[in-house]
Amino acid sequence: MKQRAEPLILAHLWVAFVAFAIASVMGAAQMLSRSPLTAPAEGPEAYFISVTAHGTLMAYVLPTLFVMGFGYFVATTALARPLPGLRAAWLGFWLALVGTLLAALAVVTGRATVLYTFYPPLTGSALYYLGLVLVVVGSWIWIVLMILAMREWKYENPGRPVPLAMFATVANAVMWLWTTAGVAVELLFQVIPAALGWKDTIDVGLSRTLFSWTLHAIVYFWLIPAYIAFYTMLPQAAGGRLYSDTMGRIVFILFLLYSLPVGMHHLFMDPGHGTGFKFLQMMLTSLVTVPTLLTIFTIAASLEIAGRLRGGKGLFGWIAALPWHRPMVLAAGLSFVMLGLGGFGGLVNMGYGMNAMVHNTSWVTAHFHLIFGGSVVIMYFAIAYEIWPKLTGRRAVGTGAMRVQLWTWFIGVLVTTLPWHALGLGGQPRRVATFDFSEPQIAWWAPWILVSTVGGALMLASALLFIWNLVGFHRGPATGERHMTYALAVHPPMHLPRALNGFALWNWLVLFLMVVAYGYPIAQFFFVDGPPALIQRVTEAG
Amino acid sequence: MVERPMDERAILRTELRWVIVVAIAVLIIVGSIVISSAAVVLHPPSSVERIDPTTLHVSGEFVEDNLGAVQNRDGSVTVRLVATQFAFVPNCIVVPADRPVTFRITSPDVIHGLLIVGTNVNTMVMPGYVSEVRTTFPRTGEHLMPCHEFCGLGHSEMWSRVRVVEPAAWQPDENGRVSCETPARSPVEEAPEETPQ
Ligand code: HEM
Ligand SMILES: [Cu+2]
Ligand SMILES: [Cu+2]
Repeated sequence: MKQRAEPLILAHLWVAFVAFAIASVMGAAQMLSRSPLTAPAEGPEAYFISVTAHGTLMAYVLPTLFVMGFGYFVATTALARPLPGLRAAWLGFWLALVGTLLAALAVVTGRATVLYTFYPPLTGSALYYLGLVLVVVGSWIWIVLMILAMREWKYENPGRPVPLAMFATVANAVMWLWTTAGVAVELLFQVIPAALGWKDTIDVGLSRTLFSWTLHAIVYFWLIPAYIAFYTMLPQAAGGRLYSDTMGRIVFILFLLYSLPVGMHHLFMDPGHGTGFKFLQMMLTSLVTVPTLLTIFTIAASLEIAGRLRGGKGLFGWIAALPWHRPMVLAAGLSFVMLGLGGFGGLVNMGYGMNAMVHNTSWVTAHFHLIFGGSVVIMYFAIAYEIWPKLTGRRAVGTGAMRVQLWTWFIGVLVTTLPWHALGLGGQPRRVATFDFSEPQIAWWAPWILVSTVGGALMLASALLFIWNLVGFHRGPATGERHMTYALAVHPPMHLPRALNGFALWNWLVLFLMVVAYGYPIAQFFFVDGPPALIQRVTEAG
Repeated sequence: MVERPMDERAILRTELRWVIVVAIAVLIIVGSIVISSAAVVLHPPSSVERIDPTTLHVSGEFVEDNLGAVQNRDGSVTVRLVATQFAFVPNCIVVPADRPVTFRITSPDVIHGLLIVGTNVNTMVMPGYVSEVRTTFPRTGEHLMPCHEFCGLGHSEMWSRVRVVEPAAWQPDENGRVSCETPARSPVEEAPEETPQ
């Protein structure tokens, strides 16, 4: 019985990428507004509507829909069995789509100009928050389906190791459930009652703490598809093998463990928490470098195998011997460069002393456009190029346009973000619509901003070329070839300890870490009853 | 098959070696963060002080007459500020160089942020909380002080200034206060006077 999951997967991925393309146009317009040039729509209202939409589409809609679609792809191809609950999956899709449209409606009509982080007491239309909740609920359905798919496969294949791609996907699903808990509680118990007018006050400290619970782990939710590609697609595309399957599992487990109890590093500059827990979570934050450092080694070793198989010699000769003309290999190389630069910047954010220099400046915007917009999204492109032929049964006419697209994205991201880093150190605040360049102290910003605006235009061009390339697949010659092969390990595991083949143990550990890291910081708001803040509705002001 | 040994044990050995390298790297990172935070005595605002945002203007330390820079008995300076939609009150402050300055700031309405460009002074400003940041300005000059968190449509206009003057030029009035309106009394030469925007 062959169940067709392709339309489901394509639907998710197309929504993700259309959202991405629309948001890219907005991003480029925002660059103009902040620059000395004229933007298509000037004025703070247009700017902040645009930034709210750009942030919401890029940070919530693109990754969530992409991760869901990619998850369904992995579940059907890596496990080679039909998806349990195709109907439920479609329900999840429609919830996410309707949610996106409702939220977008609230934003473009100017009723939810609160930015994607919606820090209360500033409160927009309930429609916006309810839309976001629908997106999250849609993704919860996906979580259940991923867990079910793995469980049913294990039942049918007793004792066999779950394929790494699926293991990682479920790690991300489980992590996402933990991640969304914080923001869901904030929305359902604090923000939505306020937006509906049932409540007039809110404890801002509590809401920020709940949001921080989500805010760091969500970054790893965005990132994990890129890592899945590094481990299970890249070695295959490069013509080699994965150096170590076990290391891959450990890395994904570490992501699950360490991405959650560290969110308070977003609150270093908040008056709502004492130094103790900030320090504790700062320490835990430095551990999140571990999975990435482990990955760099395993992936480099896997690529070395490929390079040497292709005749590369010497200490570095294998690098030149890699098939750089393949989009997956090229994207991974560029992604690693951006990850390296961005990782360095991340160390600055992490130390809470140094954080004071850059908190909420353009440095931060630069950092996440480099890591997320750059390293991660370029891997979304590569994954799309890899799996579109399997989804459509058609191939592209050539890979030249894909390589051009990847290179323009890479250059665009660097040209955008390098000046932003400098501006951030120079004190340029983020989230500001226009600057008064006649002020002598900031006049020197103008040329840098112009450079980054050019970078933004390159990114936009690349985004549009990407869509064009995807459309090209649908019009390409039919091959009928839909079989997906994932990278094999040098020594594919035969048996694994249960801890490396499931998540029960790790969930208990996450629970323990979360109680330690967040127990008191959240509970304190219930012990001391401080005076709350009054809700400020943006809809009433305008 | 390949030049390097690929049996399972060899792989495990190289991996273990790499794990040691990673562990050392992490220790170095943690160490440098701890040292930089401790040695430079940079502490994020962490006083956890609550205040009722609805009564700021009627009573307590944030009533309008009590805002701005004031000299304490021990010679240190305290600056009290209120961040509102869409201005800091007061919108310009003068502080002396080389003297400890404590900023105390809160908000009656929404979340704001405070950043003094070119310094380490950076904090969130939250209704219901008082943020306290301590610093010393080593040099005289003027700093911009933008609000760094979105607080509504007027957020982009929320800029103010901090003027750092020679300690001798910082002459408190009978209430111990100094404001941008009081002309700086400079013993040596007059600092170029700029009108706040
Ligand atoms: C054409 C490419 C892009 C351009 C030109 C662009 C430009 C911008 C600009 C100008 C801002 C506002 C900065 C501010 O006001 O502080 C912004 C914010 C943001 N961008 Fe992008 N961006 C692009 C792509 C992306 C991508 C690919 C992502 C992530 C997948 C992304 C995620 C975000 C987020 C999360 C924000 C924060 C919004 C906020 O501060 O509320 N952007 N972007
Ligand atoms: Cu984070
Ligand atoms: Cu503001």
